[in-house]
Amino acid sequence: MRLIVLIVLALLIATAVGLGATWLTATRGTDFGTLTIGAWIARPRTGTAEIDPYSRATIARSGELPIGTGDGIAFSASADDNKKPLDGRCDVIVSGVTPPARFWTLSLYDRKGRLVANSLQRYGFTSEEIVRNSDGSFELHIASRARAGNWLPTGGIERYTLMLRLYDTPVGVATRTQRDAPMPSIATAGCS
Amino acid sequence: MIRILFAVVGGILLGGVVHLVSVLALPSIATQDAYSRLTAMAPLNVVTPLPLADPNHSPMPFMDPAFAVAVCRYDLSAGSIKLTVPVSQAYTSVSFYTRSDVAYYAINDRSAGRKVIELNLMTEAQHAELPEEEDVTAADRLIIDSPSTTGLIVLKALAPEPGMMGQAQASLAASRCRLQTEPPVVKPATK
Repeated sequence: MRLIVLIVLALLIATAVGLGATWLTATRGTDFGTLTIGAWIARPRTGTAEIDPYSRATIARSGELPIGTGDGIAFSASADDNKKPLDGRCDVIVSGVTPPARFWTLSLYDRKGRLVANSLQRYGFTSEEIVRNSDGSFELHIASRARAGNWLPTGGIERYTLMLRLYDTPVGVATRTQRDAPMPSIATAGCS
Repeated sequence: MIRILFAVVGGILLGGVVHLVSVLALPSIATQDAYSRLTAMAPLNVVTPLPLADPNHSPMPFMDPAFAVAVCRYDLSAGSIKLTVPVSQAYTSVSFYTRSDVAYYAINDRSAGRKVIELNLMTEAQHAELPEEEDVTAADRLIIDSPSTTGLIVLKALAPEPGMMGQAQASLAASRCRLQTEPPVVKPATK
């Protein structure tokens, strides 16, 4: 009798630990093969046939299609440069330059990967649309209320994710540092 | 007491095995992965335009709102696929995914180097059956080996400004994904 109870206990622990760890890694992601530049994170290998099993599980669970390496690369950010989570009720400024690419797009999603509704129907900027300074850098204001210049509305949601996608770019599996790929900075200016 | 400790340690070790097995099994048991989501709306071997990404209904999460997207869900069991995609003004790309959503190949308009991206998709077995001399002249036409019999081709055209979305969608609407039951005849390029 004691033996059966012990075996059942061991099996219960195995199920909880095993499935719990799988759920955690499939929702939060892992650090295998990640490229981190400032607040931005990319997984260049998810766009190739050499994708790791954890990324495959994450993709199968979320239902997204990773961007192919011959197409481009996607960087995501859910926190600013000081690791403060991006908050739609705050003023967030994305500024600087982007790595070399023929085109890039920057879009805002909620935690589940949906675009955020707003009256302007503006969900992001492309490299053609954004207004730049004379030196080629740009400054993008992400806030719930209208801002002068490049303004991306948040709809006031609490947490969001930014995706910067570079298309036709040399940035990829071989990229290691900020010098190869100068990513824009993300700063929280103030909260209302 | 020592027996309970034994059960706990054994459980944690077994949990590691459960974790590895479930991570590896997840892609094949997932029902909400991209391929399954598109199965309902995209018929086989035909280019189907996807609705534009918008906040209320988007076919997949994290879609780029600046792109017009069309998919061709393919099945190579009856023959190879010939794909032609006219290049849009700004940027056009074609990405290939296996049945389990692994991106195995992607090409953009610049690497294709023409006004029309033209390629043949076949399984490795079908590629091996091609007559040899045709394979040599095929340097001019792209042949892509699909690791799986079924999969997805995703065609994307960028609208750099919202006003150009119509144009991007129109260029994708002119693309074709055709099943070829005959082995593909690869003609030498006409100079």
